[in-house]
Amino acid sequence: MAMTMNGEVRLQAPREEVWTKLNDPEVLKSCIPGCESLDKKSDTEFEAVATNKIGPVKARFKGRVTLSDLDPPNGYKISGQGDGGVAGFAKGGATVTLTPAEDGGTVLSYAVEAQIGGKLAQLGQRLVNGAAKKLADQFFEKFAAAVNPKEQA
Amino acid sequence: MTGTGIGAAVRRKEDLRFITGRGHYTDDISRPGQAYACFLRSPHAHARIRSIDTSAAANLPGVLAVLTGAELQADKIGNLICGWMIHSKDGSPMKMAPHPALAVGKVCYVGDPVAVVVAETLPQAKDAAEKIVVDYEVLPAVADPAKAKEGPQIHEVAPRNTIYEWALGDKAATDAAFASARHVTRLDIVNNRLAPNALEPRAAIGEYDAGSDSFTLWNTTQNPHVARLVISAFVGLAPEHKLRVIAPDVGGGFGSKIFIYPEEVVALWASKRVGRPVKWTCDRSEAFLADAHGRDHVTHAEMAFDDKGKIVGLRVHTIANLGAYMSTFSSSIPTYLYATLLSGQYAIPHIYCEVDAVYTNTVPVDAYRGAGRPEATFVVERLVEVGARELGIDPPELRRRNFIKSFPHQTPVIMTYDAGDYEASLRKALEIADYKNFPKRKRESARRGKLRGIGFSTYIEACGIAPSQAVGSLGAGVGLWESAEVRVNPTGSVEVLTGSHSHGQGHETTFAQLVSDRLGIPIENVSVIHGDTDKVQFGMGTYGSRSGAVGMSAIAKALDKVEAKAKKVASHLLEAAEGDIEFKDGKFIVSGTDKSATWADVALHAYIAHKFSGQELEPGLKEGAFYDPTNFTFPAGCHICEVEVDPDTGEVTIVGWTAVDDFGVVINPMIVEGQVHGGIAQGVGQALLEHAVYNSDGQLVTGSLMDYAMPRAGNLPSYKVDMTVTRCPSNPLGVKGCGEAGAIAAPAAVINAVTDAVGVEDIPMPATPQAVWSAIRSRAQPRQAA
Repeated sequence: MAMTMNGEVRLQAPREEVWTKLNDPEVLKSCIPGCESLDKKSDTEFEAVATNKIGPVKARFKGRVTLSDLDPPNGYKISGQGDGGVAGFAKGGATVTLTPAEDGGTVLSYAVEAQIGGKLAQLGQRLVNGAAKKLADQFFEKFAAAVNPKEQA
Repeated sequence: MTGTGIGAAVRRKEDLRFITGRGHYTDDISRPGQAYACFLRSPHAHARIRSIDTSAAANLPGVLAVLTGAELQADKIGNLICGWMIHSKDGSPMKMAPHPALAVGKVCYVGDPVAVVVAETLPQAKDAAEKIVVDYEVLPAVADPAKAKEGPQIHEVAPRNTIYEWALGDKAATDAAFASARHVTRLDIVNNRLAPNALEPRAAIGEYDAGSDSFTLWNTTQNPHVARLVISAFVGLAPEHKLRVIAPDVGGGFGSKIFIYPEEVVALWASKRVGRPVKWTCDRSEAFLADAHGRDHVTHAEMAFDDKGKIVGLRVHTIANLGAYMSTFSSSIPTYLYATLLSGQYAIPHIYCEVDAVYTNTVPVDAYRGAGRPEATFVVERLVEVGARELGIDPPELRRRNFIKSFPHQTPVIMTYDAGDYEASLRKALEIADYKNFPKRKRESARRGKLRGIGFSTYIEACGIAPSQAVGSLGAGVGLWESAEVRVNPTGSVEVLTGSHSHGQGHETTFAQLVSDRLGIPIENVSVIHGDTDKVQFGMGTYGSRSGAVGMSAIAKALDKVEAKAKKVASHLLEAAEGDIEFKDGKFIVSGTDKSATWADVALHAYIAHKFSGQELEPGLKEGAFYDPTNFTFPAGCHICEVEVDPDTGEVTIVGWTAVDDFGVVINPMIVEGQVHGGIAQGVGQALLEHAVYNSDGQLVTGSLMDYAMPRAGNLPSYKVDMTVTRCPSNPLGVKGCGEAGAIAAPAAVINAVTDAVGVEDIPMPATPQAVWSAIRSRAQPRQAA
């Protein structure tokens, strides 16, 4: 029942710059919704704590964020799985693809897949698509802001 | 009849306390020093447990214990069991996997209890449960019964997740009947999975008394003695005589409270470990995950007809989902409570039914109101209705041609129907439903742009379970008789101790009506005592509409003995020969004289014993009886549902409901009507609204009342309920049972009506607006509103 969705954002920065920021833990931390900490364990592995609310269930997720399929500067897959204790679990990932835009910027397109379980699924199933979309939107909105600081100012 | 006797619509004695909030349910009980339990449940449908770290939880304030499967094993607490042995076609026994009360090594469904926290307060217990760290290795899961055999293997003992592959009937003879048939009707049917949702969630308080080395369990159970037997003999927590089980007021069961669940076992066990009473109360969210669900069949069924519309054969293959573990009676539901009813009300010469029971990563599935019989009725009544449409025969007429008309009738699937008059209930129902003017109503609906349909369900069920010898030969681990004791007090008032259990049925009234009828005393002078193993003799409890036919028959048998003894007392009191004493209207009369004694006089003299010596007659007036029925009982009837469908939205509105049931002798027509109403509501819920859905990962996605649609008053019409009566010859009272009839009859009646309205047979349950709308759109040529 994994839920899936796709989207794209246009960024006013060249691909190489976007790629660097996609691999910068500080940028990721500021973009992951509800992220309290993101500790780098290796170049591609992080430990994260994030608090999020899906429908009536609010949970503090502890888990791993992993970067895989690295193909600089074309894209990668960012995936995470979090254990929310009695609230259940959430896991998911986004395949991120960077393509150069005609104006010298970058088109970032993403395909998200998310899965939830336990109480989150029991109570939040109908809301999960909306919630996941909102979380993804938040992530990429903030990421766009990080890449285009002037535009957002 | 005294005005409160058999047949009187007496108001329910118990309702005053229920409707004024004075009932006494398990959660209302608090014991001195009571602690609270909270279960940590698996969020995964299928996973290996690599480790459980309870240290952080154990160190929190107020926490008395954090227990897991490891402690359970260390204390040698036994597994939960399924008490009905089913053998496969090849003779092999069913594959019962170990079911520990707390997971050991792996979890098999979302909600599988992994650990329990016992703490001073419930919030402390809940907070601590948050701190338990379980490292899971998630495994692939399977939730769909149709995919179970190809899915990941859940238990070592059950390759291809197959519990049994069972069959009933003569395959060769049935195949031959099909080969010579003129017409065969075929259907693929899914009997949707349901979550029971009794108003009162389950609860348990375990208490260990070190002084007497004995346990007490307060529990929301429909059968306290069976719970005690299983917990002592199989789980091994305490010897039977050192365990008292009390089921106080219980707010609805519908089958879901028959079973012995992990939580009550853990509450009892934990109470000894922590030396404090331990209370657990399920909440509604937890109930969706942890209460046994009902139904969940996937069936292919075929009915063969000859050229005159006579049914010549029935062939059924069903896959039954039993969930992740085998619940207490789960194995019997899709077999002996299902396939044995596939003859319906019809003389069908050949029936062959195969049932494959499978494990899936879902909560266990077991009896739910009707238990097997709604599934059987749905198969038979859908086939008959669709067969009639295909053959161009009026559906009531096709039924009439096939009705069983003489009794006793031996079906090809074990049952011997003892009595019934199916034609009578059909005739009466057609009259009340004004069937002959249905075409006129259909045209009128069409003028308003609505599709009108009518559906029939001439159901049968087997109640009064059950003759012990018969069920023993079919694999039951218990006898299904019932017990009663009638205690007459010196003042003449009476206490009835029954092995039945009331959780909404109104036994305090109906059982008292029987006593009032027999002894001629007001029902106010009769108390009915049940639900406490220290008060009441061993009894089998209440399920399968058995309390009237079996429970009350036991009381009647005890009353016979009381009357016989009272006559002896009266003969001494009246100084007459025992043979001359007549008991009538509550009085003992010496035949042919005006000498008499009242009931109260005789009761008093039984105890003061001044008129006879102890050598002649034992003092006292108290008799017990065990009643084992000679047969099942066979309530049957005809339900007719009329619907209007909005072709633009697919919304179904039930515009008429006629129920004509034959329950045999009726003790209290008001209570019976209430049972019919409630049963129909549950059946309509199944047909139009309710569906417990697990997604392909095994996550329950209809886990709250936001997503699981229970029927509400607005979904239901005003019913027309009537009865026909054929006396049941298989018990002394002539009663059959009424508790499940509505839930058994209703789903087929609704779907037959909806499919009639829409003109498409392939409409699933629940027939939600979306499903009906899609079916309407699937028609090649939309049927014009005529």
